[in-house]
Amino acid sequence: MALRAGWYGLSLEISARVALGSLVLDVAVSVRSGELVAVLGPNGAGKTSLLRAAAGLLPIDAGRIALDGVVLDDPAAGVFVPAEARSIGVVFQDYLLFPNLSVLENVAFGLRARGVARYAARATATAWLERVGLDAYAGRRPRQLSGGQQQRVALARALAPEPRLLLLDEPFAALDVATRTELRRELRRTLEGFDGVRLLITHDPLDAAAVADRVIVLEGGRVTQQGTLAEVTAHPRSRYVAELVGVNLLHGRLARGVLTLAGGGQVITADTEVDEGAAFAVIRPQAVSLHASQPHGSPRNCWPLTVLELDRHGDRVRVRLGEAVPLTAEITTAALAELALQPGDEVWATAKATEVVAYPE
Amino acid sequence: MPWPASVLAAVAVVFFALPLVGLLWRAPWGDAVGVLRTPAVAAALRLSLVCSAWSTALSLLFGVPLAWVLARVQFVGRGLVRALCTLSMVLPPVVGGVALFAALGRRGIVGQWLDAWFGLRLPFSTAGVVVAQTFVAMPFLVLTVESALRQHDRRVEDAARTLGAGGWYTFRRVTLPAVRPAVLAGAVLAWARALGEFGATITFAGNFPGRTQTLPLATYLALESDPSEAIVLSLLLIGVSFAVLVGLRDRWLGGADVLGRR
Repeated sequence: MALRAGWYGLSLEISARVALGSLVLDVAVSVRSGELVAVLGPNGAGKTSLLRAAAGLLPIDAGRIALDGVVLDDPAAGVFVPAEARSIGVVFQDYLLFPNLSVLENVAFGLRARGVARYAARATATAWLERVGLDAYAGRRPRQLSGGQQQRVALARALAPEPRLLLLDEPFAALDVATRTELRRELRRTLEGFDGVRLLITHDPLDAAAVADRVIVLEGGRVTQQGTLAEVTAHPRSRYVAELVGVNLLHGRLARGVLTLAGGGQVITADTEVDEGAAFAVIRPQAVSLHASQPHGSPRNCWPLTVLELDRHGDRVRVRLGEAVPLTAEITTAALAELALQPGDEVWATAKATEVVAYPE
Repeated sequence: MPWPASVLAAVAVVFFALPLVGLLWRAPWGDAVGVLRTPAVAAALRLSLVCSAWSTALSLLFGVPLAWVLARVQFVGRGLVRALCTLSMVLPPVVGGVALFAALGRRGIVGQWLDAWFGLRLPFSTAGVVVAQTFVAMPFLVLTVESALRQHDRRVEDAARTLGAGGWYTFRRVTLPAVRPAVLAGAVLAWARALGEFGATITFAGNFPGRTQTLPLATYLALESDPSEAIVLSLLLIGVSFAVLVGLRDRWLGGADVLGRR
């Protein structure tokens, strides 16, 4: 496997530019055989367009898409392989099963469309339905199945023609929470035998955590971060990832252990090993304390800030603070009562330098 | 509901019901079967059924692809083409007949060549009846199918393409089944329209018993000679139309919104 991946190099290579109204998708993404990569990003980041470009449903304006070394889309060279001629399988967000066909005919569709005889196609489809545990439902219509069952049919339908590239567009989005957890596990198991390229589109980091080997963060049409989920979440490089992880992200210039923000605020970090220059720093909201008056003592970070917003979550309150250092502090409702904070109030915020994790841009 | 609206609605219902009641009242029930058995009436009935079946078939053959083009293909002047192809729905049928005459008559712009090259003379022939009926009936099918195609989620077709299905295979196995209720509804509407067609037929094809005299034409003529026969024929046509409406409602329709229902 490793040898083969090394021999063929990267199996799916996308370096594409597509204008989508106000958004321009401009990405370079590579996925190896057997790898499952999750493309994570907020709504409107261009995730689905990336999937449609890979599937051949959306021609790119510039760049190149290649699968196993075969060019699928290269406008400069005049090459465009349409969706029906690509070796792909797609699980769409709302599955898009064929309502007029039975479950079995849905799964057999890709084989029949490629000219496999009816009998052979049905035999293969039956085997796939057994594999996803739905052989008892072969004669039903898709609308007679639950959301989770429909998702499994969609997966079987996409995999039955044995594509080289499997694309999954938010496959769990339409499911309730309990089913979602179960199906994530099941998807992982079903995909174990699949050695093609797998690309999963999601806005939910839990999907990525449950099934993906690697994460690509897509924001505003661009890749902002990639790596394992642990790497990405340990060192957020965008507000989006920071909010996913639930930490404060600060960006500025680092010099001698002090990060100077664009707004002029200064943050002291104990990370003195980091290279000087443009850098990020993260602070957990729980590590920020609030005080009515200027505190005396050890914290080296002490900022007079303005309360912008209060947001209650059970017995915790998230206090959004601003101007010099944009921060969110998480305190208890008891602490809030003691401070009697209202939006617009002045407050002192402190954080230990050891709680400020800095890393270069 | 405010009472003036109820009263006005009731007046409207009576307005529609009264002609039917009048027909039923005046119908020569004892003679009805005898009237239908007269050779002239039987011939008109047979001709009506044959011609309307042909024009429905032609409407399907050309109308479904036309609906697909209007719904799916972007081109300059699409609105104009749609208006052109559905004009005959709002045109007085007589005008349609005159226009067909100008186009396909023996001196018509195309008709003269049909005559010269193939010896084909459409006016005053049974084929002319089919042409006139198709001319007024096909738009009903086109509009019904086009509307269904527009409502159909095109991403389902995308799904078919990612599974290796080409354009024709996708159309045959995915698109067409999805709009089948609308195709059936459109065909039934077109058939009913063809069956009742009068103005374009009598203008373009004339009124020759056994050749171009369809049931509506025979009904009109009977009113001059034998009103009770006209009444029987009218009831027959009403019965057919009513059966079509009821059938559309429950049997074939599924989800298509002809007649303003979901």
